[in-house]
Amino acid sequence: MLMKRRTLFGALASVLALGIGLATAQPRTGGEMVIVSGENPRHLNPAVQSGVATAVPGTQIFASPLRVDENWNFHPYLAQSWDWSDDGLSLTLNLVDNAVFHDGVPVTSADVAFSIMTIKANHPFQTMFGPVEAVDTPDPHTAIIRLSAPHPALLLALTGALCPIIPQHVYGDGQDVRDHPANNAPVGSGPFRLAEYRPGEQITLERFDDFFIDGRPYLDGITIRIVRDAASVTLSLESGEADAGIITDASAITRLGATDGLTVTPRGFEGIGPIQWLAFNTRVAPLDDVRVRQAIAYSMDRDFILNALMRGVAASQQGPIIESSPFFNPDMPSYNLDLDRANALLDEAGYPRDADGNRFTITMDTIPGRDSALGNVPEYLRSQLREVGINVELRTSPDFPTWAGRLASGDFQMSMDVVFNWGDPVIGVHRTYLSSNIRPVIWSNTQGYVNARVDELLAEAGSTLDTDARRALYAEFQDIVGAELPVYWINALPYHHVFDDRIELPLSIWGMMQSMDEVYWTEDR
Amino acid sequence: MGTLRYILQRLFYGLILITGVVVLNFFLIHAAPGDAAEVIAGEMGGITEEMMAEIRANYGLDQPILVQLGLYLSQILRGDLGMSYHFNQPVTTLIGQRVGATILLALSAQVLAMVLGVVLGVLAARKPQGILSGFVSVFSTVGYAAPVFWTGLMLVVLFSVVVPIFPVEGMISARFRGDAFDYALNVLHHLVLPASTLAILFLAQYARLSRAAMIEVLGADYVRTARAKGLGEWRVTFHHALRNAVLPILTVAGIQFGNLISGALLVETVFNWPGMGRLAFDSVLRRDYPTLLGVLFFASAVVVIANLLTDLSYRLADPRIRTGGR
Repeated sequence: MLMKRRTLFGALASVLALGIGLATAQPRTGGEMVIVSGENPRHLNPAVQSGVATAVPGTQIFASPLRVDENWNFHPYLAQSWDWSDDGLSLTLNLVDNAVFHDGVPVTSADVAFSIMTIKANHPFQTMFGPVEAVDTPDPHTAIIRLSAPHPALLLALTGALCPIIPQHVYGDGQDVRDHPANNAPVGSGPFRLAEYRPGEQITLERFDDFFIDGRPYLDGITIRIVRDAASVTLSLESGEADAGIITDASAITRLGATDGLTVTPRGFEGIGPIQWLAFNTRVAPLDDVRVRQAIAYSMDRDFILNALMRGVAASQQGPIIESSPFFNPDMPSYNLDLDRANALLDEAGYPRDADGNRFTITMDTIPGRDSALGNVPEYLRSQLREVGINVELRTSPDFPTWAGRLASGDFQMSMDVVFNWGDPVIGVHRTYLSSNIRPVIWSNTQGYVNARVDELLAEAGSTLDTDARRALYAEFQDIVGAELPVYWINALPYHHVFDDRIELPLSIWGMMQSMDEVYWTEDR
Repeated sequence: MGTLRYILQRLFYGLILITGVVVLNFFLIHAAPGDAAEVIAGEMGGITEEMMAEIRANYGLDQPILVQLGLYLSQILRGDLGMSYHFNQPVTTLIGQRVGATILLALSAQVLAMVLGVVLGVLAARKPQGILSGFVSVFSTVGYAAPVFWTGLMLVVLFSVVVPIFPVEGMISARFRGDAFDYALNVLHHLVLPASTLAILFLAQYARLSRAAMIEVLGADYVRTARAKGLGEWRVTFHHALRNAVLPILTVAGIQFGNLISGALLVETVFNWPGMGRLAFDSVLRRDYPTLLGVLFFASAVVVIANLLTDLSYRLADPRIRTGGR
């Protein structure tokens, strides 16, 4: 009898547990999420401002035509479907008919056209909509993007923070969009609307009840807390004052990874593709000699950098295209520790050791403001290069403009740098290697690298729609720059998402830089 | 000299001083390499040189530096501190949003430091060779010598991580929802650590000063007389002696005002306190000239006014100063 009762209770408990299990599998509505951010946005309009700090709030406030998932597949968002023309010179977007801005005005194709042309004219990433000639609007829910040449990065450029649809009735008033007052009080059609913005302190977003996707967003609100001190960012995540955040510091990643109740993951940064590299000024001796650049690459122990200096939290990165991208070529030339070869190359290049064993002295700059993320890599490079007879003088810059000024004006020999891929190579990779992009501005081809075949390959890959054909073109490009090393790619910067275990947070290639209408608490906080 | 004439004269010198501060700061900031356009390029992930030129033209950075200075000074005369390059908002608005937080922090720290410092100093002075006196001396020296950001971080580790009773950062909880009373409580909760950090720095000075002043006063004839009259030790210490020892303490309180503001700058950065210090810190890094100059202008004006008020209160309190010491 007793046995029977236990069985009955057991069965009942199982049914209950199953019920609860099923209940948690369903998204729950309600609750707020606090995100801690180490950076302060200039404003909240991603149409005219790139960067993570603007993109995270900006993609909650503004909806974009498309979304992309973690496998680089595109999905409907404001556009419920899209069609390429056969010649690849026009893309038709069929918009949903129930989307409204936070002020109640319907979203139409005119807003889409206005947004794309505004972004083309004002956004720093000129290649995103470079080939766009016009956007036609045959009816309020159809927008046709007309191109001067096929543009393979167009679909990606229509996702996330790259293409916020901004209201023409607000931004089309003749004022300069880059300094528009509405950038600090934006009106979008995204899942959350701005409730309060205290610059430099806090951005409070609340659920937009008339969001065009029924039942979304699941959260009642998102608060972004701006905390400029890196240690305080870590502590507020550890103490539960914040529920989610983005961190790059290896020791913070290790520490928070060991904290109960927190998920720490490198996923969600495939889109930005942050690469840490050593840039060479290829116009000045001794770095104008490819053998010297190769010798430097052969002096480094990649495993030591990844496992010891970066504490095992950074991913390998041996080329110009982030390794998680479908266009990365794993067979490109790679360099690992081989001091004999490095010495031989330097001898061959005509830089023999003197009586003290030195060959030459070289200056190395480092990008300021990323000290914790760079780890001790600059010091390690210095000690390794001494092994092969190269003296390195480390030159630090007190702040970003000092460093940027040196690189932009060519007043450097080599420099540690952090550069983002921004999804498609057309947007974030070409700029570093095209000879036409040798310009006196930061993150252009400041290395002064010139290779006619590379120029050809990039031009072709930038106007070919077929992914396999592009992959082949980029493979050859990576083979060439891998051999010529205008840049020595060290590792992927260890960007990580941190969030409370009880939050269900789908991470696409854009991570938190895409609409978070699908985010929910699996249980009460 | 009449008090009104004195005030006018001091105000005139104050204006010259503030102008000097503005001009000097203007040249210092512009002497640093790079400008706001490069910062914006950095935050943008790289921009074209055309955009850079446009930004420089918009902000007037392409003008000769003396022209920029002239424009800036004429702007200030009209009560306009310009637009922040970073926040794209009037600098006066930005300062207005933050001045309350800085004043709250600075005054709380000042009061805390004065009250605790004087009490500790007085207690220590009663037995100059005692244990408490030794403790006050050591604590004051360590508190004064320790960098304020280090003290702050140690307090955070201790009271926000090891014993989590105070919040890590900010002035108000990110999740705060409630009425005005709850708001005040929430701010008070957040205020404890930053105010204590800043107070520890100044507490040391007040404790040492009041200890020294009290030792001197307690040895004076009138204190001996008071004791001889049979007054209680408490009354002698706090009624007769402290009243006479308090003048140098007030002097220091006035002079310290500028230091208090600069101390608040560091404390605000450590505790993410949304005051003017953090605004100044961020604008240095961003080459946000209008904001930084605005904050420095505002801070120097406040210090000049505070010093003037201190001097005036002296003249009212001590007739010897009013009559030029004759």
